[in-house]
Amino acid sequence: MLYDIRARFVAAYDPPAGSGRQSVRLTPATVPGVQRLVSGLVVFDPAPDERADHADFWGNAVIEGVWRRDHAEAVVTLAARVERLAAADPLDLSPPLPRLAAEVQRVRDLGPEAPHHFLGASARVGRSQPIADWAVRVARAAGPGATVLALVRRLGRALHGMMRFDPAATTVETAPEDAFLARQGVCQDYAHILIAGLRSVGVPAGYASGFLRTLPPPGAARLEGADAMHAWVRAWVGADMGWVEYDPTNDMLASEDHVLVAVGRDYADAAPTQGVLRLSGRQAVRHMVDVVPVG
Amino acid sequence: MPHRQGTPPAPDPEAGVRGMLVAYATRPGVPDEIWEAPGRIRPVWRPFLRHLAQQDPAALDRAFARGDQYLNDAGVFFRQYIPGAGGTERAWPLSHVPVILSEDDWAGIEAGLTQRADLLEAVCADLYGEGRLVRDGLLPPQIVARNPEWLRPLVGVRPRGGHYLHFLAFEIGRNPDGTWFVLGDRTQAPSGAGFALENRLATARVFADFYPGAGVARIAPFFDTFREALQALQAPSGGRVAILTPGQLNDTYFEHAWIARYLGFMLLEGEDLTVLGGQAHVRTVSGPRPVSVLWRRQDAAFCDPMELDPASALGTPGLVAAVRSGHLAVLNALGSGVLETRALLAFLPALAQSLTGAPLKMPNIATWWCGQGAERDWVLRNLGRVNLGDALTHRLPFDADAPMRPGDAPGMADRLQAGGDDLVAQERVILSTTPAFVDGALVPRPMTLRVFLCRRADGGWAVMPGGYARIGRSDDPAALAMQRGGSVADVWIAGQRAQAAAVRSPVQSPRAIVRMPAGLLPSRAADNLFWLGRYVERAEGTVRTVRAYHLRLAETGRAPSSLTGAIGDYLSGFGIDPEQSVPQALLRDLDSAAACASKVRDRFSVDGWAALTDLQRTAGDLAARVVPGDDCARAMGVLLRKIAGFAGLVHDYMYRFAGWRFLTIGRALESADRVAAQLAAFTADDTPEGGLDLCIELADSVMTHRRRYAGAATRETVIDLLALDPENPQGLAFHLSSLRAQAELLPRARSGTGGDGGAMPRLVAAAMRAETGLVTLAPEAVSVPVLLALRADMAAMSDVLSADYLG
Repeated sequence: MLYDIRARFVAAYDPPAGSGRQSVRLTPATVPGVQRLVSGLVVFDPAPDERADHADFWGNAVIEGVWRRDHAEAVVTLAARVERLAAADPLDLSPPLPRLAAEVQRVRDLGPEAPHHFLGASARVGRSQPIADWAVRVARAAGPGATVLALVRRLGRALHGMMRFDPAATTVETAPEDAFLARQGVCQDYAHILIAGLRSVGVPAGYASGFLRTLPPPGAARLEGADAMHAWVRAWVGADMGWVEYDPTNDMLASEDHVLVAVGRDYADAAPTQGVLRLSGRQAVRHMVDVVPVG
Repeated sequence: MPHRQGTPPAPDPEAGVRGMLVAYATRPGVPDEIWEAPGRIRPVWRPFLRHLAQQDPAALDRAFARGDQYLNDAGVFFRQYIPGAGGTERAWPLSHVPVILSEDDWAGIEAGLTQRADLLEAVCADLYGEGRLVRDGLLPPQIVARNPEWLRPLVGVRPRGGHYLHFLAFEIGRNPDGTWFVLGDRTQAPSGAGFALENRLATARVFADFYPGAGVARIAPFFDTFREALQALQAPSGGRVAILTPGQLNDTYFEHAWIARYLGFMLLEGEDLTVLGGQAHVRTVSGPRPVSVLWRRQDAAFCDPMELDPASALGTPGLVAAVRSGHLAVLNALGSGVLETRALLAFLPALAQSLTGAPLKMPNIATWWCGQGAERDWVLRNLGRVNLGDALTHRLPFDADAPMRPGDAPGMADRLQAGGDDLVAQERVILSTTPAFVDGALVPRPMTLRVFLCRRADGGWAVMPGGYARIGRSDDPAALAMQRGGSVADVWIAGQRAQAAAVRSPVQSPRAIVRMPAGLLPSRAADNLFWLGRYVERAEGTVRTVRAYHLRLAETGRAPSSLTGAIGDYLSGFGIDPEQSVPQALLRDLDSAAACASKVRDRFSVDGWAALTDLQRTAGDLAARVVPGDDCARAMGVLLRKIAGFAGLVHDYMYRFAGWRFLTIGRALESADRVAAQLAAFTADDTPEGGLDLCIELADSVMTHRRRYAGAATRETVIDLLALDPENPQGLAFHLSSLRAQAELLPRARSGTGGDGGAMPRLVAAAMRAETGLVTLAPEAVSVPVLLALRADMAAMSDVLSADYLG
């Protein structure tokens, strides 16, 4: 499927921000065999005094803008065309959970795909006892023979079943444990909770940020979260299968509808926009996203 | 047999030493620095102990007091954290007896630590480069991947200059067999080198009769070596060297300020820096100026909120980008803190073999990472011989805030069984003891050495010969930490070579005088100096007015229509409560002045600082006990003289660099505003009787007025003397003129803010307008509205100054 994606982030400052620096991770990724970026353009308004591109540790494309003068509003827009290939449900080649640790241990590598980065606490996903208790309970119920992939789906489904999607309940700063205890939140909260749960039972898990197709296929219900940037989970399910992507907000493996932008251990690594401003007042951010299938 | 005539035998010098050491009770099995073997004193200690044995207790007390006085005068302090109460400045806890080591002992230490420094450099280069150590199975990946000090944004970034490590410290201890071992590696931002030199200066004063001939290696050349190395690292395109500090609340801020002063480099905080075009710049009063070498004294995570810790308020956004672009050398490299990880000590012996082809010349404390099956099993069988603690911490084994626990403590075996990834075991070590003087006698105390290495301009390592040992407060090795009452001693490396070196160059070899270009003044420093000037001057104004109030209160009491009442109203108008003898507002201003000064300690003389804190302390003391009236007036006199003492130090001793100008402008602006306010308040037609005399008194111009004008004061004579006379140093015209003169000498205002194309800087223009506007008036034309308009001009000038130089 070919998509045209338009995204627009608006930050308004009152009073105007002084000098500032902002980095964005908005350009869809190219993942061989899964997704191909045909064209992508990120535009800042007002135009920054400096602009530089680099790839971060995880391989995400980062565009950084620097402003030296006052500005009351900053707009970042993305215009991209992406080809996303359909993926069949994968054949489950993952080991049972008790064998996973040894498979992790055999990976002698610290590259961005190595599972070792995704087991310990990270900036936004620390260890949480309530989430760990829940994850251990679900894993026990699954039995020792359950494969890691099956466990990912089982834990994700359990989460999906207990949570209520509510954009008003949480903010971008909400801790996973708080959202978990309140049983409500948005895709970012779902993803962070599942990451914490998976890590606590020894499954390497990370964060994926991207876009979700807006228009539902005929006869299907509209997917929640389509009017904003979306987030889901990556889990390392053993040496044979490597990473799989699972969307707990919609209880499904990432599909043709999911367009990947950035990955990392949690939101802090993959945040679409991140900035530091010399600000004396308040900042309000809103964003709009359209994902339109072409032809 | 007749007794042979002759001189009595000379007193045996060793007898005195032996007598002194009778009560020096070392413990069996614990090595001691004095004793080479039971009953045998190490040769390197003998001359010193002989000297010590000859001192009578009173002389020794005086000698120790000399050292303490030196440290006090030099303002050496560290900041101690008290739970729940924040930090407080504490005197430097010097243990007066140095640790003395032989040159041979030291040569072994140098060789061992130089090898170790090269090894750590190679490990660092691998962790941020190829990653071969993990790939080849020499390092478990999780030790790196879960390590908060392994900074992913720096992976793949080669440091400019080619080296990750430039300044290191090692904590080492002595084994029972006399050899040395490493307790921990300090690779992030090691502190203590500046204190080492202060230890030396103080200890040399304590043993002033002995030290010069003792053949002790000098440590000052180490700093010259490092200064040259830092300068050699500057980018070919220019860009200065600066030192980055987390600020005056850090426990070793004294050292940061001290080193900056000693080496002659700028001391900056994160907010002083801005990154433009991938290059770091310091915001100065002359605009941004490039910095190409940054010696950081703060942890890497705090350095850049964009790419490191986003919660850091100390950082400089874009600093990592400046490193990545190759313009900026930060040292030690951001991310080098990963080398301090305790678990790494378990692997360094094997890494030495693999990376350098040779075993470690000096071992480190035996360490087992419990994430591996065989090691965990061994530890489980030997719990009685080890301590257990966090695997990924960077704390030293004896640090009080991350204590290790005995392996046989309850629950430890269970934790190990549950998985030991996060645990390391370390052998229980014995530290050697060294003499400390406690209650008039030498007692053995455990000690570790801290040894500093710096990378020379040619890429090799220089080792600071001695200077710093930590001394325990009791037998407990955990009491080594200064935060727990431990102390610090000088370390002397003594022997023939140092003796010979001293003979070869008895004095510093003459060097050509190089006059450095005037230093740059960071905007933040200028801001603090400007406000220091304002606060001190404001305090002086308050003191004078309060004194005048209480003198009259003593005579007449407060009546609404009286002048006393008018003064009270005037004070209230400035937020000063006239009912308080020493007003809270005054104490607040003095606190603010001290706070400003504390942020620019590197630019401020020790005497000036002492005068200011003395003033602050005195005001606080007086506030607790003076009563209104005459008593208070006298107290104000005391404060006035102390303020004058401080102002005199600033005026007579401070070099006329840009910082002094900002301080002086702050004082002039505040004084001018105050005189205008007083004249407006007390020369108005409705002012009660005595207002004119009060103005003259507040300006300390009683005698001048009597000499210059015949008869009683009139409004015209008062205005003439206090507003228009350019020769009266307490007058408005004088303050405005000095303000204008200093403004003209400031570095050019930044472009785009009035300094373009040769146009006059806005501040100079404003100062000139105010000055000429006033002095061309006749006395009778200087009405109350004119004075109030002048006050508005002052406020506007303060804003212009902030916008054009301090923003």
